[in-house]
Amino acid sequence: MYEFITGFMFWLALGVCLTGVIVRTILYFRGLQWNLDRVAYKAYPVEGFKGAIRSIYKWILPFGTHGWRKQPFMTVIFFSFHLGAVFVPLFLLAHNLFLKEKLGFSFFSINGGVADFLTWLVVVSTILIILRRIALPEVRIMTNWYDYLIILISVAPFVTGLMARYQVGDYSFWLLAHIISGEILLFAIPFTKLSHVFLFFASRAQLGMDYGIKRGGLKGTKMAW
Amino acid sequence: MPEGIFCNKKPIETEEALTALLGDTSGAQYYKEMKSLDVDSKLLWTTIQNTCKSRIRTWLEICAHCGMCADSCFLYLVNDRDPKQVPAYKIQSTLGEIIKRKGNVDNKFMHMAMETAWAKCTCCNRCGMYCPHGIDMGIMFGYLRGLLYQQGFVPWELKIGAGMHRVYRAQMDVSEEEFVETFQWMVEEYEEEYPGLAVPVDVENADIMYTVNAREVKHYPEDLAEAAILFHAAGENWTVPSKGWEQTSLAMFAGDWAACKMQVENVYAAMERLKPKRMVGTECGHAHRATVVEGPYWAGRKDGKPPAESIHYIEWLAEALREGKLKIDPERRIKVPVTLQDSCNYVRNHGLRETAREILSYIVEPGYYREMSPNREHNYCCGGGGGFNGIGLFRPQRNKGLITKRDQILATGAKLVIAPCHNCWDAIRDLEEEFEIGIKWSFLKPLVISMLEIPDHMKPEE
Repeated sequence: MYEFITGFMFWLALGVCLTGVIVRTILYFRGLQWNLDRVAYKAYPVEGFKGAIRSIYKWILPFGTHGWRKQPFMTVIFFSFHLGAVFVPLFLLAHNLFLKEKLGFSFFSINGGVADFLTWLVVVSTILIILRRIALPEVRIMTNWYDYLIILISVAPFVTGLMARYQVGDYSFWLLAHIISGEILLFAIPFTKLSHVFLFFASRAQLGMDYGIKRGGLKGTKMAW
Repeated sequence: MPEGIFCNKKPIETEEALTALLGDTSGAQYYKEMKSLDVDSKLLWTTIQNTCKSRIRTWLEICAHCGMCADSCFLYLVNDRDPKQVPAYKIQSTLGEIIKRKGNVDNKFMHMAMETAWAKCTCCNRCGMYCPHGIDMGIMFGYLRGLLYQQGFVPWELKIGAGMHRVYRAQMDVSEEEFVETFQWMVEEYEEEYPGLAVPVDVENADIMYTVNAREVKHYPEDLAEAAILFHAAGENWTVPSKGWEQTSLAMFAGDWAACKMQVENVYAAMERLKPKRMVGTECGHAHRATVVEGPYWAGRKDGKPPAESIHYIEWLAEALREGKLKIDPERRIKVPVTLQDSCNYVRNHGLRETAREILSYIVEPGYYREMSPNREHNYCCGGGGGFNGIGLFRPQRNKGLITKRDQILATGAKLVIAPCHNCWDAIRDLEEEFEIGIKWSFLKPLVISMLEIPDHMKPEE
């Protein structure tokens, strides 16, 4: 079982995820149409590129935009969640050892204490994100089962990872559950709302190009995000 | 009854049809017929498949339902934070739903979508600035309006407006002759006061080709005279085209993209015929957006630009004051608390956030200018943008929408609001009528004329 999950299934999940990400990114940019979107992307590649980079950069900075500054609570839980959600999977020592064995390379590893902290940060922020969804009418009205499913898929690897880390009950069970939930996450990335892990950059780049070219960029105005 | 006499899927193409529809007071029969108008689901779905590409589809897909756009929408704020006014909810429950159901929606749904598209969104695009994913719901509402227009679910006034552009290439029934005659008549009125004042019609290779809003011709002809006076005072080599003089586009508010193209191509043809160095448009926001920002795309121009460099009136005015072509008498500068209404259509949507402020630095006595909060590209819509001002059916919603601007103005303590945009100007006039907060409102032209140092060549002979 363990062999199958960490062997074939791992390769399949990783392959589907990476292929899906690449294909969807290509399809996204191929689907941008200057006449329908009313943005002359190709006529002003430099301005477009600058606008795209600016639009992404400002929004990945905590409190970097008017939007983030307007909602400090959301900003804190959002960045706390994403900090852990990005760093732990990629830079946890155990993951890197696994990667080294499977792929022959690995990323740098973060300190175990930092990894623990970031993982807890993900779990705690998830709880706050869920509470926010329930508490605020403007969020509740749009929330449906699908949003909770996405949250579940996203947070399951972290919860199971913690269970395995602290060896609560049967370690091998939690390890298996952790790997399976991680693979489910990989499968889900290209096909669900989780596609935002890469389409966030695409979408932000598009609006950045819009502002960088059409909505003031060519006039020399840098949008105050 | 699938297709009504007035309310149907056919655009207005003739003067007769236009007159008939105008005769249906307030659209009484029109809206009655709309209640039984069929939805052509096949057409709806085919159109979506052909025109809804990765940008909008991705926006709808990745929306995290986080609600961060809520506070950015003035209609959400003034409607007591009604969750049904959250931009993401509004677009997901209309366009999102139509796509989810592959166009299989009924008449009742289309009525709801129409009210959402025209009475719950002014396409000010502010929400797009507050979404972490860069989802611009204003753009999607513009797109939705196109789908609704195609199906005949469009407010009566906008069906007429789009029809006007199709028939007259103007938002009102103003013919080419009427435009030229009105302009000439107005200029004659002021000739004695400003010797040498003239309206040069169809002059080739002029430095400036001036385009207007048909409302000025029909209801505010002094505006034409004021434009002539300022061009004359600045010593500009300018002209107006007898054909292609209308800069506005109610077709854009209606979502009638074919009419948008017809309208803007008429202006571009004038540019190509007269070959001016630049086009200057009047003090109108949506006219600038239609002809300068969006128009090139409707006309299929790959560089996204009109055939001649085209600027907003405030850009010309700022330049004329900066270069000393127009001189202000410092004694007559504005000495009352004054604020500025930033128009969404050329500030947020074309980057002209400092231009009007430069003008104010010349015409307002230091110490009297008050900024609204928020301002520049973060300013709120006047409350009547995107066609909202003109739709009788949604007047109560529009009046409520004015509250944001009212409170913004009140917070500045200003007694005068400068609004270099017809739509904003109207909304601010209406909010004064509705709430009587004791303010005055103005375009820039009359203010600048009132404090102009008249050059010698324009002084009346003794």
